[in-house]
Amino acid sequence: MSLASTPTADPWGYHTVRIHEITPEVADVATYHLGFDDSAVAAAYRFQPGQFNMLYLPGFGEVPISLSADPRSSTTWAHTVRAVGNVTQKLARSKVGDTLGLRGPFGSGWPLHTAEGHDVVLVAGGLGIAPLRPAIYELLRQANRFRSLTLLYGSRTPDTILFEHELPEWSQRGMSVQITVDRASPTWSGHVGVVTLLLDRLPLSDPQQTSVLMCGPEVMMRFVGKSALARGIPESQLWLSMERNMQCAIGLCGHCQLGPTFICKDGPVYRHDHLAPFLNVEGL
Amino acid sequence: MNSTPPSLFLARSNLQLLIDRLAEQGFEVIGPTISQAAIVYDRISSVSDLPQGWTDRQAPGEYRLERRDDDQLFGYVVGPHSWKRYLFPPLTTLTTADLTTNGWQMRAADDNPPKYAFLGVRACELAAIRVQDKVFLEGAYVDPVYQRRRQNAFIVAVNCTQAASTCFCTSMETGPRCRSGFDLALTELFDGFEVEVGTPAGAELLRQLPTTSIAEQQLADAEQRRQQAVDQITRKLDTEGIRDLLLTRLNHPRWEEVGQRCLSCTNCTMVCPTCFCSSVEEVSDLEGQHSERERRWDSCFNLDFSYVSGGPVRRDIRSRYRQWLTHKLASWIDQFGSSGCVGCGRCITWCPVGIDITEEVAALRKEAP
Repeated sequence: MSLASTPTADPWGYHTVRIHEITPEVADVATYHLGFDDSAVAAAYRFQPGQFNMLYLPGFGEVPISLSADPRSSTTWAHTVRAVGNVTQKLARSKVGDTLGLRGPFGSGWPLHTAEGHDVVLVAGGLGIAPLRPAIYELLRQANRFRSLTLLYGSRTPDTILFEHELPEWSQRGMSVQITVDRASPTWSGHVGVVTLLLDRLPLSDPQQTSVLMCGPEVMMRFVGKSALARGIPESQLWLSMERNMQCAIGLCGHCQLGPTFICKDGPVYRHDHLAPFLNVEGL
Repeated sequence: MNSTPPSLFLARSNLQLLIDRLAEQGFEVIGPTISQAAIVYDRISSVSDLPQGWTDRQAPGEYRLERRDDDQLFGYVVGPHSWKRYLFPPLTTLTTADLTTNGWQMRAADDNPPKYAFLGVRACELAAIRVQDKVFLEGAYVDPVYQRRRQNAFIVAVNCTQAASTCFCTSMETGPRCRSGFDLALTELFDGFEVEVGTPAGAELLRQLPTTSIAEQQLADAEQRRQQAVDQITRKLDTEGIRDLLLTRLNHPRWEEVGQRCLSCTNCTMVCPTCFCSSVEEVSDLEGQHSERERRWDSCFNLDFSYVSGGPVRRDIRSRYRQWLTHKLASWIDQFGSSGCVGCGRCITWCPVGIDITEEVAALRKEAP
């Protein structure tokens, strides 16, 4: 029995992108500013804060990487990457002018409109600040729509704080920025301890009108979720960005499943209550 | 909607003409044939390629071919193959990349699959194709590889006239009667076939064959044979409330118990006609000038299936078996609106230690002690 053909764009199709600039961030982490060779593709490209691209290095493989810069940028698209595996280590050896393949953007974004009028608290752990950074730009741009903006950011050590040079500007533009480190250095005079503690201590004027966006290690997000709920923030106003093995980004390879969802197409950004039954089950 | 045309009778001696007409119309005809002591689906060109006079005996962890005492052509049920190997090939090249003076240039790999005609598709397999249609064609993204194969496929179904001990299609409401999803459907009689038409394409093909009207007695005979398959099905899977049951028993001790028996060999996922997981691997030449993205079947039973930086998420077999079973019977419903299980029983037969999905569900239904 045959089916009528439904023509669609090939979800496996790549665009050639070129590395326009590399910004070293901290040890093993750099931001790659990628531009499309095809100007028509560049002109049409849009993404939502929180979405990711699949970056393909021929001969090495493909990795899902969140977009990490201003969604309104129009010439290059930033991806902040830690060199940990085969593909990302190859990327770390790449130079300006090198080409790679890009598919995307994929997945769900941060639902900033649902937080309008709220106190907005962003909680980031480590590299988890990268997928939040486009949201930060967007929130700062529309700051008058939100009652307050707070960033709580946990880093392993003072040396691994990402986008440190931008933090003063974010503060200046009205975002309260608090940083904590797991292990202090002799010169560190800030907070020490897990980022959850910052949330525990954060004065909340109206928990019912507070939204939390979190991204970081799963264990961090589990505790941030608990803390936020304990503070009386409604679960429907907690959002998190998840990570799993992803190979297709289109819900067809099966790798990224968590309970009934595919992280790649239903996520990576979820409302907390939609994932809650599956967050605390070991090995799910 | 036109009313269904009456079924017709095709003499056994004319089945070859069905294969020939399909071949003449450019179809590559795939049907059951014997290889390595099992009935598999492969290219056929002649009725003599079919497993005439053979049947299969199946039990948990057991599959044997045996001689029949007649010369039936379709007197068996389903073997280790399913049609997914043709619609969703075990290995596909998705894209190619070439290093040019202008950097890496990627393009879709050439893919010109044959037009397939499937002969001998059982009711549970029609249901499985329907399930994979939902996965690959009806979601937010369409898989072009599956689509290219599926859109031209011609399906000749065969109604089962017997069942294996591992069959439980009646529980999953997928069979044994073929009701939709076919171009033509056959019920094998002593000297020929009752042929039902499912589509205009099926009717058109049937017009090119020497059929006769079917006698009341032949219709009664066909019905009796189909009923025999129903009567032989003894295995049951209780699907009542199964989605909520399984997703709220993620810490049931039975997972640990079955995890002790399961070898995590992936057989159940390879033989399953609906399992669709795959991995994409990089295959490059030695000079680093040309590279390809190859998709191959993967399985949630493989340790590195859930690998993220930091290690695999599902480290023990308990969690991998739980993923497979809860996906198949519960979260599949959230994802695609139906169960991922069609009750074909392959996972039971081909499990080397005979783990029985119906028995596991029954055990999970019992409250933990």
